[in-house]
Amino acid sequence: MLKDITIGQYFPGDSIIHRLDPRFKIIITFIYILMLFTGSNILCLTVGAVYTVMAILLSRIPFKMFVKSVRPLLPFLIITALLNLFLVDSGDTYFHWKFLKITEEGVNISVFMIIRIVLLIMGSSLLTYTTSPITLTDAIERLLSPLKKLKFPVHELAMMMSIALRFIPTLIEETDKIMSAQKARGAEIDSGSFMTRARNMISILVPLFISSFRRADELATAMECRCYNGGEGRTRLRQLKSSARDYIALAVTIIFYIAAIVVAHILK
Amino acid sequence: MENIIEIEDLHFSYKGDSETPDVEVLKGIDLTIKKGEFVAVLGHNGSGKSTLAKHINAILLPTKGKVLVDGIDTADEDKLFQLRQKAGMVFQNPDNQIVSSIVEEDVAFALENLGVPYEEMRRRVDESLKAVNMYDYRLHSPSQLSGGQKQRIAIAGVIAMQPECIILDEPTAMLDPQGRKEVMSTIMRMNREQGITIVLITHYMDEAAKCGRVVVMDKGRVVLDDTPRKVFSHVEQVKEIGLDVPQVTELAWELRRAGYDVPDDIITEEECVEAIKKLF
Repeated sequence: MLKDITIGQYFPGDSIIHRLDPRFKIIITFIYILMLFTGSNILCLTVGAVYTVMAILLSRIPFKMFVKSVRPLLPFLIITALLNLFLVDSGDTYFHWKFLKITEEGVNISVFMIIRIVLLIMGSSLLTYTTSPITLTDAIERLLSPLKKLKFPVHELAMMMSIALRFIPTLIEETDKIMSAQKARGAEIDSGSFMTRARNMISILVPLFISSFRRADELATAMECRCYNGGEGRTRLRQLKSSARDYIALAVTIIFYIAAIVVAHILK
Repeated sequence: MENIIEIEDLHFSYKGDSETPDVEVLKGIDLTIKKGEFVAVLGHNGSGKSTLAKHINAILLPTKGKVLVDGIDTADEDKLFQLRQKAGMVFQNPDNQIVSSIVEEDVAFALENLGVPYEEMRRRVDESLKAVNMYDYRLHSPSQLSGGQKQRIAIAGVIAMQPECIILDEPTAMLDPQGRKEVMSTIMRMNREQGITIVLITHYMDEAAKCGRVVVMDKGRVVLDDTPRKVFSHVEQVKEIGLDVPQVTELAWELRRAGYDVPDDIITEEECVEAIKKLF
């Protein structure tokens, strides 16, 4: 169950998307998000969809991984869509029964919202799927590095983030083990009333916390042994070099963004 | 040959507080290790062997006495990083010493910290990964690897610093037999081919039997210090401090006690087979 979470996962590869400079990828993702929110009409979202599909194809990551990334948010999506569908009241009325009313605007808004959010999740998944978490943190660290002058602990935050990312699979594995161990002792985790299950979660969280502290302690020692001394004077194995490819990718994204703006205005 | 580690009258106590008294874990240890040696440190839980290991790397500092690594006093804070480069450390739990989510970036961690320029770092990372036979996995995530593979990555991360000596604190304790074999053969190769001094803390007797020298610790003191052959010939003494001898040594010992004429310094299976053959 816990292993199905794909957010923050990375699929090593050597595609064009993988090789883009992560700093550019972050900036491009921001432009992409702006692009998705420029206008609410079908053409505008088509531009976004074409861009997304193109990027996914270039990444050579199986499409089903992107479907998987959307799945955890489906209930939330459906509920919001239904609320929009029934509660928005403008335009032609298609259906009317007591207080429930489906209008043209409601249909539009809920359909567009679903498409937009699905694209948003897929696009941002593409960023994490194709960029190793540590490269990503590296890029964030560099993009934020001007803040160092304001005494903002950029390196420390980046280090914390990358360690957190590194330990997600380890802790998931450990949680699974603790759950099995507690089940073997008769703890009701999957069954019983909500309150029983909530109470029994404590029997998982306590050992998990204790072991995390122990891990943190050991990791800190191991890092010291390898001469870790904060961000001062560090060099990097992961070199971030922007090349023509990155500028082309950025240009393509901006062109799509402009196209989306133009389309949004024409069809107003 | 030159000494790489010199330990003189090392005492160490964990500080207690108002209610609990100080606990003296190391009670005067004298030990010198020569360059290129392969030393196993044996001892049961609480004998102080891990505490001793942590002194070589300046994670702990002596309460009394001195530890020198290649002439550097571990108490000298100015030379801390120089010291930690010379004496790398590998710990028991492979998961808790891997910092990065990508194998090659983890191997590079120490070099990044030391500010090694990119070209050299790239070369050293690749060499280290090849040395532990993990080059093909350089872009993998550590969570996809087995325990033995993770431990080899940890070793690569240390080798990348080009250390004079590696201290391994029970590196195989959490591994399956396959992983243990991988790690042991990697360590032995490092010692043989690159001349790196190895201090292996272990409680597996068959691992100790493969080393050039065995140091047995008990209650914070060194009680035996010799070749594995000589150390394990003191079967009674080794058993008295709660340790085992390799299975073949034990077999030969039992045979001798039963009145058969077998030598008392058997540590390999082949020797044992030969000795038993001679009986008939």
